[in-house]
Amino acid sequence: MAKAKKPKLAVWKFASCDGCQLSLLDCEDQLLQVTEIVEIANFPEASREIQPGPYDISLVEGSITTPHDAERIHKIRRQSKILITIGACATSGGIQALRNFKDVREFINLVYANPKFISTLQNSTPISHHVYVDYELRGCPINKYQLLEVLNAFINNRKPNIPNNSVCIECKRKGITCVMVAEGKVCIGPVTHAGCNALCPSYNRGCFGCYGPKEAANTSSLAKQFMEMGLDNYGIVRVFRGFNAFSDAFRKESEAYEK
Amino acid sequence: MKSKTIKVDYLARVEGEGSLVVNIKGNKIKDLKFKIFEPPRFFEAFLVGRHFTEVPDITARICGICPIAYQMSSVHAMESIAGIKIEGPIRDLRRLIYCGEWIESHVLHIYFLHAPDFLGYEDAIQIAKDHPNIVKKALEMKKIGNEIVNLLGGREIHPINVRVGGFYSIPPKSEFLLLIERLKWARDAAVETVRWAASLPFPDFDVDYEFVALSHPDEYPFNEGRLISNKGLNIDISDYENNFFEEHVAYANALHSVNRKGEPYFVGPLARFNLNFDKLSPLAKELAHEVGFIPPVTNPFKSIIARAIETVYACDEAIRLIENIDWSTKPYVEFEMKEGVGYGCTEAPRGILYHRYRVGKNGLVESAKIVPPTSQNQKQIEKDLYEFVTKYINLSKDELQWKLEQVIRNYDPCISCATHFLKLEIIRED
Repeated sequence: MAKAKKPKLAVWKFASCDGCQLSLLDCEDQLLQVTEIVEIANFPEASREIQPGPYDISLVEGSITTPHDAERIHKIRRQSKILITIGACATSGGIQALRNFKDVREFINLVYANPKFISTLQNSTPISHHVYVDYELRGCPINKYQLLEVLNAFINNRKPNIPNNSVCIECKRKGITCVMVAEGKVCIGPVTHAGCNALCPSYNRGCFGCYGPKEAANTSSLAKQFMEMGLDNYGIVRVFRGFNAFSDAFRKESEAYEK
Repeated sequence: MKSKTIKVDYLARVEGEGSLVVNIKGNKIKDLKFKIFEPPRFFEAFLVGRHFTEVPDITARICGICPIAYQMSSVHAMESIAGIKIEGPIRDLRRLIYCGEWIESHVLHIYFLHAPDFLGYEDAIQIAKDHPNIVKKALEMKKIGNEIVNLLGGREIHPINVRVGGFYSIPPKSEFLLLIERLKWARDAAVETVRWAASLPFPDFDVDYEFVALSHPDEYPFNEGRLISNKGLNIDISDYENNFFEEHVAYANALHSVNRKGEPYFVGPLARFNLNFDKLSPLAKELAHEVGFIPPVTNPFKSIIARAIETVYACDEAIRLIENIDWSTKPYVEFEMKEGVGYGCTEAPRGILYHRYRVGKNGLVESAKIVPPTSQNQKQIEKDLYEFVTKYINLSKDELQWKLEQVIRNYDPCISCATHFLKLEIIRED
């Protein structure tokens, strides 16, 4: 019997730090096995060899911030059977979405000597604002084991097993004393999507929301709690304006305290 | 007249998005552009108004490959404003986490980004098909570097445990001791890597560079020291902006970092090696002698050997630190923040990373300036490209193109880092 053709994998980059695609190379124990199962057909960070599309799976890192990229993502979507966004930039606009709350022209003037040569959009937006996305993997950065799970699931035509509860649940399950209740530390674990295995509380600090909001996050109740703990309005704005500032739940909560 | 155009729309095996265009007519270069089209992300703008304690977490996001460097330069800058100097075990732990980042980043570059050029492969996965053991060894070495960052930082990309004043918490000594045997293995593997790298064929290409690196009286530099060069520079880091400038380049409206004479300069492993050779560990020094790699080394293609020697050093230093750190230390130093201006300059795997912040009365950042190593090297990269084409103009188009890509990769450029600060015209070649 002829050997089945390996599915073709492509990795694409938009505005980002490269960290999420690096996660694939950080799978030191699994990388060579992964390449036995999938054909890495387009991964410029790792290879000069670029195979033409179509691709079975596209992993997309980064947010859309330029007119050119807003077009490029459509070309990628057309070449991809399955499109998966990896990380906070691709899924919610990333840290660079902090510009969305300001006039981007001011930002350009502050950073660049020749503002007229900078081609950029007012907002940094997630991939899903532009094209249909088959699956969104969260995190700043993503959890590499979750990446392997998602790849495995799509290759085998099954649903990825990625828990969608909160960091708070992970923390309880790990048996960590609550850093907010016991030590009065600001922690947004109760409204943050799981995925890091309660990393920050494990290191004695409050969660700062790398994985973005969980479903039905009660951010307003948490913000009230922060107020009782002594945070001022601007402090609350900053808590929700991190790496997932432009996600709906965090954006609305930060805007509520900006007025 | 015969002419050729080399056009690389999307440079591979670099971190970020860049392109290269060279137009050659007859025996003359008509045009040469090394461009960066990575979209800007405006870090220096949105750091304004953030609390100083948030800065190391935010600047880490500039680069997924060297987040520790960004965290280290920013915490040192903030501590200089607060007027505190971190000594003893916390200082040692910061060196330890930096060792992890150097090992991880250098091994990634040596084997995955640079070695394929020398061996004539498109990538490391292709190397693995013919020589699986080389790639497996490289992955294991990289993993050990990552394990240090993972344990002390919480995770390898965007670690969460670094704070102004020290660390949020320090994992138990017993977990670090488990790394020692593995680090010894990695050190042996790095020794083999040095011998292997030194045996590679290098094009004949020497340049009279100004090498710039930190220099510390007692140690190979990570977090502290004066900025020195082989051309007589010797300054405090707070004098950086009086000695290095950004200059307008007419064709691309680009601003590149230049030295006080308006010339390019070279930062990174080869610069550190040339300027700090006597501070390497005895094993690293002995090895350099064995393979005949003695400063001054002025062939940029040989930076792969400098990276390998620094990997040996980082393993040695990590072992020394783990064995000697006083683990009973408190994780951080208490301090009161002041208002003022502070500077941080540390040795990222790719070279010096400069940060300057002004913090106001309320602890909020009023201004930020960040100069990553790749933007400092960019003008030198262009000059190398120009000189390489001039010298090897008769190579076939394909061979010249591959060699020019290699000229760029010699610097391990991190375009994701550089772009947010490079003052460049953004053009995309389609």
